[in-house]
Amino acid sequence: MNWLNDEMVNHLREVSALPDLSGTPYRILRSLASGGMATVYLAEDAKLSRQVALKIMDVLAPSNEMASRMQTEARIIARLEHPGIVPIHDVGSLPDGRVFYVMKYVHGDDLTKYARKEGSLPERLRVFLKVCEAVAFAHAHGVIHRDLKPANIMVGAFGEVLVMDWGVAKILLTGDEGTQLSGDPYFQGEEGKATADETRLQPPGEIPAVPFVETLSGTVLGTPSYMAPEQALGQTSNHNQSTDVYSLGAILYFLLTHRHPHEGASIGQIRERFLRKQVLRPRDVVSNIPRPLEAVCMKSLATDPLDRYSKVEDLEADIEAYLSDLAVSAYRENVLEKAGRWFNRYRFIVLLLFAYMFVRFLVFFLARR
Amino acid sequence: MSNDSKIRGSSFPTTQMSAIVGLRSDDLSLRFQAAELMAAVYWKPIYKYIRLKWNKSSDDAKDLTQGFFTRALEKDFFRSYDPSRARFRTFLRACVDGFVSNEEKAAHRVKRGGDCPIESVDFNSAEMEIEFSELPESSSMEDYFYREWIRSLFSMAVDILRQECASAGKTTQFEVFERYDLNEEGATGKKTYEAIASEVGIPVSQVTNYLAYARREFRRIVLEKLRELTASDEEFRNEARWVLGANLK
Ligand SMILES: Nc1ncnc2c1ncn2[C@@H]1O[C@H](COP(=O)(O)OP(=O)(O)OP(=O)(O)O)[C@@H](O)[C@H]1O
Ligand SMILES: [Mg+2]
Repeated sequence: MNWLNDEMVNHLREVSALPDLSGTPYRILRSLASGGMATVYLAEDAKLSRQVALKIMDVLAPSNEMASRMQTEARIIARLEHPGIVPIHDVGSLPDGRVFYVMKYVHGDDLTKYARKEGSLPERLRVFLKVCEAVAFAHAHGVIHRDLKPANIMVGAFGEVLVMDWGVAKILLTGDEGTQLSGDPYFQGEEGKATADETRLQPPGEIPAVPFVETLSGTVLGTPSYMAPEQALGQTSNHNQSTDVYSLGAILYFLLTHRHPHEGASIGQIRERFLRKQVLRPRDVVSNIPRPLEAVCMKSLATDPLDRYSKVEDLEADIEAYLSDLAVSAYRENVLEKAGRWFNRYRFIVLLLFAYMFVRFLVFFLARR
Repeated sequence: MSNDSKIRGSSFPTTQMSAIVGLRSDDLSLRFQAAELMAAVYWKPIYKYIRLKWNKSSDDAKDLTQGFFTRALEKDFFRSYDPSRARFRTFLRACVDGFVSNEEKAAHRVKRGGDCPIESVDFNSAEMEIEFSELPESSSMEDYFYREWIRSLFSMAVDILRQECASAGKTTQFEVFERYDLNEEGATGKKTYEAIASEVGIPVSQVTNYLAYARREFRRIVLEKLRELTASDEEFRNEARWVLGANLK
């Protein structure tokens, strides 16, 4: 009988989904991961015979906005040259209109996997600092990421930390910020339409910034777990650096507790918490987390953006302070804690002093005998 | 892939117009065309679904399927469809269930007259397919319906591809596609490109090109059909992703 059996149907589904890269120097080796709108493949670049990562949008027959969003993502990454931001090699489109870009293939794990492995607290905090540095760099160039979460951060084999997935990034055009990028005519958005102080890269409504909307397919856009309340509640107009500060706080929370701030909560519960400005304290999850770090977390996770660190650098400074046993701005310590920190910081000198006094003591008594 | 392609070839007049929209038109002839197009993809899944979910004999299922499509021509039948609330295929399945259960309740089924857009389909082929495939669990009838829908859509696309290749003088391209991608044994029984090259009498490098061509055309046809079978841009994109999406099992 001449009909399509299950194997044939499955096979056809598979081969039709594979992107047609004929006419490019890239050949797909395997799929690495599939996210909200795109799939990342491990591919071979025949020209240089090396492995690369190729990100292709999933949507077959994309609309123009979708295609240009991906193109914009590629250009943003291209302009953000920093050791903490994945380097991009190429951008192109398939015969069916889908846009793809090619980037360095990172040998390593995303932060979710990294955090599951061993790693002392200071090591984790140093990884976190590198994330902060990359984000601060982007902010200095007028770009906010808006989708920072462990799955979008990779830790490479050489310990390098890379921020990926700039798919919903936004360009700020305020004052002196972003001179480099916003000076670029490409980022002016639709000409003459740069309203007020900012231009969205995507037409409003196109951005998956409203996670509480269920699409037809039933999937929830965006990840409320790491998303700032103003994003999660769909207020697209007031995103700025502190939106990323919130997500960084949630990442820190994850590195400390292995959970995100809303683990196990339903979308309704999360919304409720936002409205009531409640945040589950890290020490309620893992009781031995140092209080200063908890305070740093809580300050970053403040529901009101004005209560957060105003700059990523300030958050960075607090983590650095903690690592060098200095006082953390987010935390008011008591006398004992202060003494303890002092002891830690000057441990060597204090111990030396004690040893010296002990010897003096011994000598004193021995001499009296 | 059988000879019921008489109605399969027909496509909605205004290209890229949605048949789902046409089904609600005031113009009967437009509605008829839209129903024909929809029926081309849906009659088999619906027939099989009625047979298995509702436990009907093949004769009853045949009557019910025809009856359903005759009803579908009535202007108000699809009035309540709201594209923002459900996919069309979901809505349609609910309609079938409603229709069959109403027919069951009616003591005497009235044999109705009127046009039926599936006068000429080959119900035997559907019967054979049921016989040759694994029967679904009663709990997963919904999935069964959707799976059969994809099967039907793909069969139609393969038929169109065959016709298009023939009239474009690209029968070898189709042959390569048929031998490689429409292999009965699926992935396990795959022939090598070399084997196909010698069977068809072309260089191995051509096999890659021909296969790429045919797959590209196949995908294009599937997408065109999906465009006709969905009501909105969003639904189209979601269905495209569901039918051909990368992360499918
Ligand atoms: N350059 C790369 N090298 C190795 N792995 C990568 C690379 N880029 C992405 N990946 C893997 O693919 C995953 C998804 O990548 P990314 O977050 O960029 O895409 P996405 O989530 O599918 O996109 P989006 O969120 O825009 O829909 C990452 O978590 C990582 O595991
Ligand atoms: Mg991602």
